[in-house]
Amino acid sequence: MSQPVISARGLTKRFGDFTAVAGIDFEVPPGESFGLLGPNGAGKSTTMRMIGAVSQRTAGDLRVVGLDPDTHGPEIRSQLGVVPQEDNLDAELRVRENLIVYGRYFGIPRSVCATRADELLSFAQLEDKAKAKVDDLSGGMKRRLTIARALINEPRILMLDEPTTGLDPQARHVLWDRLFRLKERGTTLVLTTHYMDEAEQLCDRLIVVDKGQIMAEGSPAALIRQYSTREVVELRFGSDRNASAAEQLAGLAERLEVLPDRVLLYTDDGERLLERVAHAGLHPTTSLVRRSSLEDVFLRLTGRSLIE
Amino acid sequence: MSSVVSVPGTGAIRALYAGNARAVVARSLQATRSSNWAVVVSGFFEPVFYLLAMGWGLGSFIGDVTLSTGTEVPYAAFIAPGLLAVSAMNGAIYDSTWNVFFKMRFGRLYDAMLATSIGPLDVALGEIVYALLRGGVYAVGFLTVMQVLGLNLAWTAALAIPAVLLVAFGFASVGMAITSFMKTFQQMDWINFVLLPMFLFSATFYPLSVYSEPIQWVIKAFPLWHAVELIRGLTTGALSVAMLGHTAYFLVMIAAGVTLTTTRLRALFLS
Amino acid sequence: MSADVTTDEPAMVTAALGAAVRPRRLGWWYIAEHQLRQMRSYGWTVVMTGIGNPLIYMLGIGLGLAAFLTVPVASGPDGPVDYLWFVAPALLVTAAVSVTTEEFTYTVMGGFRWRRIFWAMNASPVSPHQICTGLIVAVTLRMVFVSTAYYALMVAFGAVGDVATGALLVPVGVLAGLAFGLPLLAFSASLTEDTGQFAMVQRFVFTPLFLFSGTFYPLATLPGWLQWIGWVSPIWHGSEVGRTLSYGAGSDSWPIGAHLAVLVVLAAVGWVIARRIFVGRLR
Repeated sequence: MSQPVISARGLTKRFGDFTAVAGIDFEVPPGESFGLLGPNGAGKSTTMRMIGAVSQRTAGDLRVVGLDPDTHGPEIRSQLGVVPQEDNLDAELRVRENLIVYGRYFGIPRSVCATRADELLSFAQLEDKAKAKVDDLSGGMKRRLTIARALINEPRILMLDEPTTGLDPQARHVLWDRLFRLKERGTTLVLTTHYMDEAEQLCDRLIVVDKGQIMAEGSPAALIRQYSTREVVELRFGSDRNASAAEQLAGLAERLEVLPDRVLLYTDDGERLLERVAHAGLHPTTSLVRRSSLEDVFLRLTGRSLIE
Repeated sequence: MSSVVSVPGTGAIRALYAGNARAVVARSLQATRSSNWAVVVSGFFEPVFYLLAMGWGLGSFIGDVTLSTGTEVPYAAFIAPGLLAVSAMNGAIYDSTWNVFFKMRFGRLYDAMLATSIGPLDVALGEIVYALLRGGVYAVGFLTVMQVLGLNLAWTAALAIPAVLLVAFGFASVGMAITSFMKTFQQMDWINFVLLPMFLFSATFYPLSVYSEPIQWVIKAFPLWHAVELIRGLTTGALSVAMLGHTAYFLVMIAAGVTLTTTRLRALFLS
Repeated sequence: MSADVTTDEPAMVTAALGAAVRPRRLGWWYIAEHQLRQMRSYGWTVVMTGIGNPLIYMLGIGLGLAAFLTVPVASGPDGPVDYLWFVAPALLVTAAVSVTTEEFTYTVMGGFRWRRIFWAMNASPVSPHQICTGLIVAVTLRMVFVSTAYYALMVAFGAVGDVATGALLVPVGVLAGLAFGLPLLAFSASLTEDTGQFAMVQRFVFTPLFLFSGTFYPLATLPGWLQWIGWVSPIWHGSEVGRTLSYGAGSDSWPIGAHLAVLVVLAAVGWVIARRIFVGRLR
């Protein structure tokens, strides 16, 4: 087995009294697509900043590309591509210039930057926008440009912090497609997300993080298998009736969660459960049978919904 | 307003103007109160610094200055009205260009306003009225300083307040018309290249007589010179018929500025 | 399998060690390059203010105010000097200083907050102190351009006594610009939000320093209780050095070394603090 590109042991970050990351362990082998899943404030971004060698850990051990970020910041950053949560493109430069200027930070000769910039523009499907102003790009295009910029140094690890937050569904799919191609080429991806579908689409393996701790670890499918049932039935009775209906539903399913707007029933056969609900004389205003997702895993692990 | 509706041909104006410029002024006042009041208040000090630095410091080398009417006045009394005119110009231009441009392009404030019943002309008038309110307050403040320092040489100095408002209105209406053509911040910088020479050459710091006749005529074509002469005549009491001409210059400027602004706003927002 | 471990780890590490050599050495220059490229987007403004402003001031002061002033305002070693000679060095210094009121204020706020470009730089191998240095280098180059253009126009208008020694006005102007600008940079970098502080700096720091620094008449003309403004003002110190270089020192001048020392200290202190704030904020 190859040496991991990232390994963390007891990784901890405290800001004064507040512990953002409370001693987590994980390893990322080369070529893996690794996800950190959790709600806002779980400590994902802090972890990313420590891996990115822009924030010093308080305790524990961390190695990125085999080096310690405390002493080898520039060396580590030379091997990373970073896509931040909030775009920080240079709006005073044109699209292509943004790539070239960024490549220079890595000490890459200008001519090489120019060649790579053209390749990356085509990869990001922005060839015809090369001379456009950044402000004239759509949200999805800006994201793709930011990703292209992060690839200018041909990084060993691409780090993405909430890559599709704020994008419309179509733009998200375009972006996922691009990231999937990178994955196929063997780039190691590390990404944070609070979107379950994103984690399921992109991650080989992920850790579920909450309050600075790892709640679970595994592939999306394994996590779902371990912490949820095959299917979920979602019932809505109207917001003031959900709780009382839930009492009557108890015992019908393996597990039951009452959310403010709906009741979730966990089962391996959704259709049959629905029939039993009808037999019990309950008439939800809407009902839906779907496959279990990471959302359900998270709910199970923390008792909270991921997007609040 | 209902009587206006019946007049044929006013439909286009109706679409631009809801008679509610007050709401725009009220928003600006509220914004001033809650965020940038310190910056607004600080605007008062700029001409005062100039007056002290130039009037006293440089004035000690200069002594008296002969006005265009032949009257002799101390140097500080000579430049004070000039600085008053300049600050009226700067304030009005700033409010009608940078401020409006920023709100238009970055704050997207006008998009929100125009989504209500407020029309573009309400916005334009509201911004200009707000600029005039500010300019008026500065003018009163500066004239008070002049009074304390004994630089108001005649009772007509009181008339400098309406004169400053006239001047500010002229610059603001033209400034707004120009802003409506601007697309980038870089273009906005060009405005400074017009303001700086006007500031230095328009008989602000020394009489026009140092220049040869042709240059004098060029300077006289620019609005700031008319503003300086008008206000200087009032604060020093050296009245002349020419002041009617200066007033007329600004009335024409206002008419042209407002007409152009309205036309542009119609093109920008109602196309 | 064990062969994999031994060959793979050094390869990964070696690549990283090699890739960081240039950024560690030249990161500051890459940042400067970026900033200069950014200036190109408002290049016309840079050129027009660089050449247009001195032209207007030379015309306004040289042909206007100087013609109007009949009594001598200032003296050199050989008696009264031309008014334009006296004012021009101060105007050059002011022009260099005023570059920083733009580049070390809004540009910094933009980098940290509005556009967040400093954070993008920060994720690259370039280090925070290099980001600070790179910004300073780029702005210094703009000041070199502004001062050089100013000096050329001064020569054209006959506003310099000794054209050869006067050429040193260019570095003096840049030094004065840094003496004012680097403390300002430290201030700007410490701000998390612009609530009008820059407008206040412009109004209550820059404008008074410009007006009360013996720019238009000797500092001694001011009442004693206002002269301290000149003593703390990079514009005054720079102007006095410039005047000495142009036409020689007047009888009551400070030694040139004292002026330069004040400028160097201001710039150095500003630089050290600014650097610290950049590192503190980005790490």
